[in-house]
Amino acid sequence: MSVIARGLTREYGGVNVVDGIDLEIKAGECFALLGPNGAGKTTTLRMLLGLTPPSAGEITVLGEPIPQRARAMRERAGIVPQFDNLDPDFSVRENLIVYGAYYGAGRRQIEARMDELLRFAELTERADDPIQGLSGGMKRRLTLARALVNDPELLALDEPSTGLDPQARQHIWERLHALRRRGKTLLLTTHYMEEAERLCDRAAIIDHGRIVACDSPRGLIEAHIEPHVVELRGDLALQWKDVALAGFRVEPVGETVLIYGQEREALLREIDALIGPGYLYRPASLEDVFLRLTGRELRD
Amino acid sequence: MAVIDHLRTAPRLSFRFIAVWLRNLKVWRKLMLPSLLGNFGEPVLYLIALGYGLGQFVGEIDGMRYMVFLASGIVCSAAMTGATFEALYSAFTRLTTQQTWAAMLAAPMNVDDVVLGEIAWAATKALINASAIVLVASVLGLVAGPQALLVLPVILLAGFAFAGLAMIITAISPSYDFFLYYFTLVMTPMLLLSGVFFPLSGLPDAVALGAQFLPLAHVVMLVRPLMTGGVVEMPLLHLAVVAGYAAASYWIAAALARKRLVR
Repeated sequence: MSVIARGLTREYGGVNVVDGIDLEIKAGECFALLGPNGAGKTTTLRMLLGLTPPSAGEITVLGEPIPQRARAMRERAGIVPQFDNLDPDFSVRENLIVYGAYYGAGRRQIEARMDELLRFAELTERADDPIQGLSGGMKRRLTLARALVNDPELLALDEPSTGLDPQARQHIWERLHALRRRGKTLLLTTHYMEEAERLCDRAAIIDHGRIVACDSPRGLIEAHIEPHVVELRGDLALQWKDVALAGFRVEPVGETVLIYGQEREALLREIDALIGPGYLYRPASLEDVFLRLTGRELRD
Repeated sequence: MAVIDHLRTAPRLSFRFIAVWLRNLKVWRKLMLPSLLGNFGEPVLYLIALGYGLGQFVGEIDGMRYMVFLASGIVCSAAMTGATFEALYSAFTRLTTQQTWAAMLAAPMNVDDVVLGEIAWAATKALINASAIVLVASVLGLVAGPQALLVLPVILLAGFAFAGLAMIITAISPSYDFFLYYFTLVMTPMLLLSGVFFPLSGLPDAVALGAQFLPLAHVVMLVRPLMTGGVVEMPLLHLAVVAGYAAASYWIAAALARKRLVR
């Protein structure tokens, strides 16, 4: 086991923002903490990394008790924070050298890995550029490479693709896949369902500081939601938002109406007959599970 | 954990702080020339302007030319300003806008390491500034002899004390504006009441007694005889006071920084 947490709790101002979380993450697994804003994902991650002391509960990461031996654990872990905190006083290359020094690595040790890290981040051409000139995607890739200076066993990423454009996001996902293939344990927080669905072996859906479900993306879909969905949008949604269909579940969400069914043929036959063309059919996704389990009200 | 619990916990010392110190050295080397000019240009101007201008009216103090008297004081005050500015503005920038501290803490570093590294660096800045002025003073013939070199380890220790005090403010500061309180309430009175510009004997007794609690006053009492060829009276007492300030301020600054960051 890479990560074991029991009864993990964190209280701020009389409120448990993390409220009794149990987790087990296997070595080599990619695991997502999935939840709306303010659900307690980042606090959970920080506690696992020894950056926030828990109010209650026990944590073991890479065999080390946390927070007591957090330093020893972090020597074998890499962390990609939610907000880039690259060192603005240094170039790309210097950022990697200086960060390596925080791990106690000498300049030669880092230099030996430099080419590989730059290639991984696809920043070989920009190695001596100041970081101010880098795009958001480049900065995130450099932050990722920086977290790899110590060749970690476990990589923790707090919302790794938030704020990136679709190309940069695809690129980061591809890099994370490459790391999985190398056997790294990946632990990430995200509120992008697609990210969890594509990357992760398992995901824990967190809401109000508790795990409401934990399984593989496919397992979560099978356990919590009908497999087939019809989406109505715009005028169609307005027109049919109050429709009642025997044997199907109808969920209005803002300007969209979602109709869930167990059988694809039966669902489409019913919709074709009643509503006609103009709808969108898709298989159920993690997003449906997420909305079902965490509710549809806005979170700030 | 409440502040009091942090204050009761001893900082965990390790050599990891050297990485922080090296990082700051690396940045400083990029901007060495303008930084040196800015940091010791001003004290040298004070020395020359006040030394010549005021010196003509003052005549001698404690049997020495005013310029000679002033030079040793300026060495101490430049050390204080150098350490303080670094531990306030530069460290606060790395703590807040740049988030350099957060990046360090994600690596195997503790808050205690980062705070110690920043203080050690600020003390190094004090040493750099003071050394430059000692050099200028000796070129101007204001230094008695090679024993003036003993000033440098004293200044390094003093740098730790002044940086530690400033780091306490940095650790609790909500913004840059907050530093003005420290300058008005601590730095300026200390600068004026520690014997930098005139001897403490010129002050009312109560004020002179109060000045005995200021670390800068003890630094001046160590540095002045070393630079002017006098005999240091009660060197262990002065060293103990400065070292005490250095140790206590680091302890408190580390506790307050933990309170701010480990949450």
